[in-house]
Amino acid sequence: MSRTESIYGINGPVIYLKGKTDFKMSEMVYVGKERLVGEVIGLTKGRTTIQVYEETTGLKPGDSVTATGDAVSVMLGPGIIHNIFDGIQRPLEEIAKESGKYISRGVNVDSLDAEKKWNVTLTVSEGDYLHPGSIFAHVPETKSIVHKSMIPPGLSGTVKDLVPNGAYTVNDRILTLEDDEGGLHEIKLAQKWPIRIPRPTANRYPAHVPLVTGQRILDTLFPIAKGGTAAIPGGFGTGKTMTQHQVAKWSDADIVIYIGCGERGNEMTEVLEDFSKLVDPKSGNLMMERTTLIANTSNMPVAAREASIYTGITLAEYYRDMGYDVAIMADSTSRWAEALRELSGRLEEMPAEEGFPAYLASKLSAFYERAGQVQNLNGTEGSVSIIGAVSPQGGDFSEPVTQNTKRFVRCFWGLDKALAYARHFPAINWNNSYSEYTEDLAPWFRENVSPQFLADRTQIVALLNQETSLMEIVKLIGSDVLPDDQKLTLEIARVIRLGFLQQNAFHAEDTCVPMKKQFEMMEIILYLNEKCKDLIAQGMPMSVLKEDNIFEKIIAIKYDVANNELEKFEEYRQAIDRFYEQVLAKNG
Amino acid sequence: MAIEYLGLSEVNGPLVVLEGIKNAAYEEIVDFRMDDNTRKIGRIIEIYEDKAVIQVFEGTENMSLSNTHTRLTGHPMEADLSPDILGRTFNGIGQPIDGLGDIQPEMRVNINGLPLNPVSREYPRNYINTGISAIDGLTTLIRGQKLPIFSGNGLPHDKLAAQIVQQASLGKDSQEEFAIVFAAMGVKYDVAEFFRRTFEESGVSDHVVMYLNLANDPVVERLITPRMALTAAEYLAFEKGMHILVILTDITSFCEAMREVSSSKGEIPSRKGYPGYLYSELATLYERAGIVSGGNGSVTQIPILTMPNDDITHPIPDLTGYITEGQIVLDRTMFGQGIYPPINVLPSLSRLMKDGIGEGYTREDHQDLANQLFSCYAKVGDARALASVIGEDELSPLDKEYLRFGKVFEQEYVGQGETENRDVIETLEKGWELLRLLPKEELDRIDTKLLDKYYHSDINEVN
Repeated sequence: MSRTESIYGINGPVIYLKGKTDFKMSEMVYVGKERLVGEVIGLTKGRTTIQVYEETTGLKPGDSVTATGDAVSVMLGPGIIHNIFDGIQRPLEEIAKESGKYISRGVNVDSLDAEKKWNVTLTVSEGDYLHPGSIFAHVPETKSIVHKSMIPPGLSGTVKDLVPNGAYTVNDRILTLEDDEGGLHEIKLAQKWPIRIPRPTANRYPAHVPLVTGQRILDTLFPIAKGGTAAIPGGFGTGKTMTQHQVAKWSDADIVIYIGCGERGNEMTEVLEDFSKLVDPKSGNLMMERTTLIANTSNMPVAAREASIYTGITLAEYYRDMGYDVAIMADSTSRWAEALRELSGRLEEMPAEEGFPAYLASKLSAFYERAGQVQNLNGTEGSVSIIGAVSPQGGDFSEPVTQNTKRFVRCFWGLDKALAYARHFPAINWNNSYSEYTEDLAPWFRENVSPQFLADRTQIVALLNQETSLMEIVKLIGSDVLPDDQKLTLEIARVIRLGFLQQNAFHAEDTCVPMKKQFEMMEIILYLNEKCKDLIAQGMPMSVLKEDNIFEKIIAIKYDVANNELEKFEEYRQAIDRFYEQVLAKNG
Repeated sequence: MAIEYLGLSEVNGPLVVLEGIKNAAYEEIVDFRMDDNTRKIGRIIEIYEDKAVIQVFEGTENMSLSNTHTRLTGHPMEADLSPDILGRTFNGIGQPIDGLGDIQPEMRVNINGLPLNPVSREYPRNYINTGISAIDGLTTLIRGQKLPIFSGNGLPHDKLAAQIVQQASLGKDSQEEFAIVFAAMGVKYDVAEFFRRTFEESGVSDHVVMYLNLANDPVVERLITPRMALTAAEYLAFEKGMHILVILTDITSFCEAMREVSSSKGEIPSRKGYPGYLYSELATLYERAGIVSGGNGSVTQIPILTMPNDDITHPIPDLTGYITEGQIVLDRTMFGQGIYPPINVLPSLSRLMKDGIGEGYTREDHQDLANQLFSCYAKVGDARALASVIGEDELSPLDKEYLRFGKVFEQEYVGQGETENRDVIETLEKGWELLRLLPKEELDRIDTKLLDKYYHSDINEVN
């Protein structure tokens, strides 16, 4: 049987071949004269179904379809970081060189620059026995990242001969490996891996270190662990993308992979421009030096949108295997789910809820389970954290993508329209958001921030919850009639909302706040609460307390105290003491 | 000589099926000629070997299984483009209807367009002064942005769009050339006429390209109209270096047409009967806005859509909001109170605003001021809700101040004359005037330094 067939039918991004073919499931194929990239997604005795990753306009029945023998794969090797790819790992810069400002069809470019010579330092010598995942060379990939080239999974043996240290391209032979049966394998800097298969690991650990994002509401109230999963659902305009950008910029991951899946072109341009200018506080290098962008904007072909998520996570796993902490921003998983729905509709599959295919949940769970804190085959430890945005229809969290995502993530950062309308950012609703990692991370917080941290956090959450129930009453009868201690709760909750939860992404100091300062801010707010409570207990009315501007002063801490001036908190403590004395003196 | 096929095997709504066809390509355009020599064109939307499903643009009236001659043209839908299209009027599929003859094309371009490479884009940063406070101050329009107007039937969205066109200083103060591309999809004759008259009155007629598919024109043509218009816009912007403002009205009719065709094709519907690819289709329209780096021109889009039953969660506004860079939402209650333009600022948003305002663009206090106005106006809502339960008299003095703020905000800041053109400093000053109605402690979104500088200053001092 031949490996080249001809097209029978065309329907949008889906094409059909007639009769029995010996194509394999998930195999990559080239379609038509322009050699458009496609993937086999269905095989029956009567027909083969293929999804095409590019526009199918102009294809004709009878055009050829050639199998490549490989599953849809990515090239893994130096040159991935500081790059921007489309959904099937074609570098957009190269496409621009080939086809100008528009992305035309059938552009054939290498995923990794085949010409560029990398500075290779070998870390093994002849006669060494190498296992799958063993690191054999170091390559300085960017200023921030040392690329550690590894033996591909499934291969082990003795180093037979190897090249001296020097400059090599990704396709040059670096060493030859003789396996136990005596077979010889050429090992290069680059290796291939199919995107739909998770890369193997030795062991998986429970999460125990937080991914510190510098965002107060995330780090303190709803922390995510390294190797954890989080979902950010929210209607349009609630700030999903803003939150993702903030986490991508300021989180303490070693590498960030930002997947723009079916979103706006201008947004990707913004990330590209911003990250090429911003300096990563951890390394002192540009953000782009630790970032890879995958851009499949909403007007690019829908099938590649479906693949882009897998491309992104495979790249992440590869860097995890080197021992790095990688964070993935997937914006937005709803677009990916809709791509599934669109393709499923074209395949005339039986729809489940709201037209989504029945396998939506299993696809989502398979994706999120590729996150984790693991021990790699080579003994190093690394992690992949996934932060997925969800764009629920009409902002309604009961729709299938949000609900199914909720089942598989352990952090839920629900964005709220009302908060966004009042321009309270980040507009994360503290009532319906949650994190299951708080317990897992407790030892870390105790050791690295303060033993008091979790107790403070609990108090802050309690105050916010009390405010929510008090607001029910206030909505009906106004706040004037509340007793003074409840008025105080409302006032302190206001301080927490404005001074702690609200964070200004455009303010140089406030955009990223270290854990220590977050803790000190909680402490000072709770101290204020305690002192005021004491005053109220002594019969001081709330109106007297409000005459002082101490509340406003505490709210302004986020701007007035720089991130490295934590000693200033003592002054605020004294200011609160003075306020306490003054109120007593004046009214006592 | 192309082969002509006689007869059809099926006619179903706007679709026909032709069997025995050879060498037909997906999305290829075909010519139909009926026995009485009337002509129609169609597009192949599905092929199985020698059987093609063809969408007929002008509707299938008068077509029978035997009287139709079909000829393949060998190319997908193309637009004839040349600088002469300025000042011309076309029908929904790009044929001239102003009686001035055919266009001598400088180039023919596939109307489906190609996705713009994100690395070739330039992030839009220059604001467009529309002279409307609610837009300039709170949802600033940026050159290269796509900012839709979410409206409802009977609301003055057309008037607002026309006012933006008239007042937007798109290249007025500079040497840069500008033009307007106007695409009407299924709108009433009066609406199209209103826009034509407005363009004429403001003396920009020879800078306008109009593509008109009116409410009684064939439904399927509507699927082509915005693509024609955007292809023309891209040509003028990126080939000729002009600044283009595209007005698309009404996106709802476009989506309805898509649903109609989808259901005749027997596709599996997703939400409210719309096809699963509604998002992708809308995205291929809206994403055709922007600026190409290294070039001069830009495409700015103002699509208008009428929300069915004023429901912002309906799939059309919902998916649009996820693609466009913000939205301007019109509100029936405000319209009822006689406020023009009835823009409900809370759900309105401009995503590109943050990078196109502030020092060097408008004024340093713009962002903080806008945030503060939003935040205060959101509190007005709470105060009003409370007042409706316990009565206005029982409100605390602060809540009363908020009520007053809300009223003045709606009438004097949002509300303005239909020809009133405010410059941006005037808009900002109006914002500060409003904030002065509230005690200074309430203004928690403004940097302390800016607050001290502007809260008590008067207009003369600033200028």
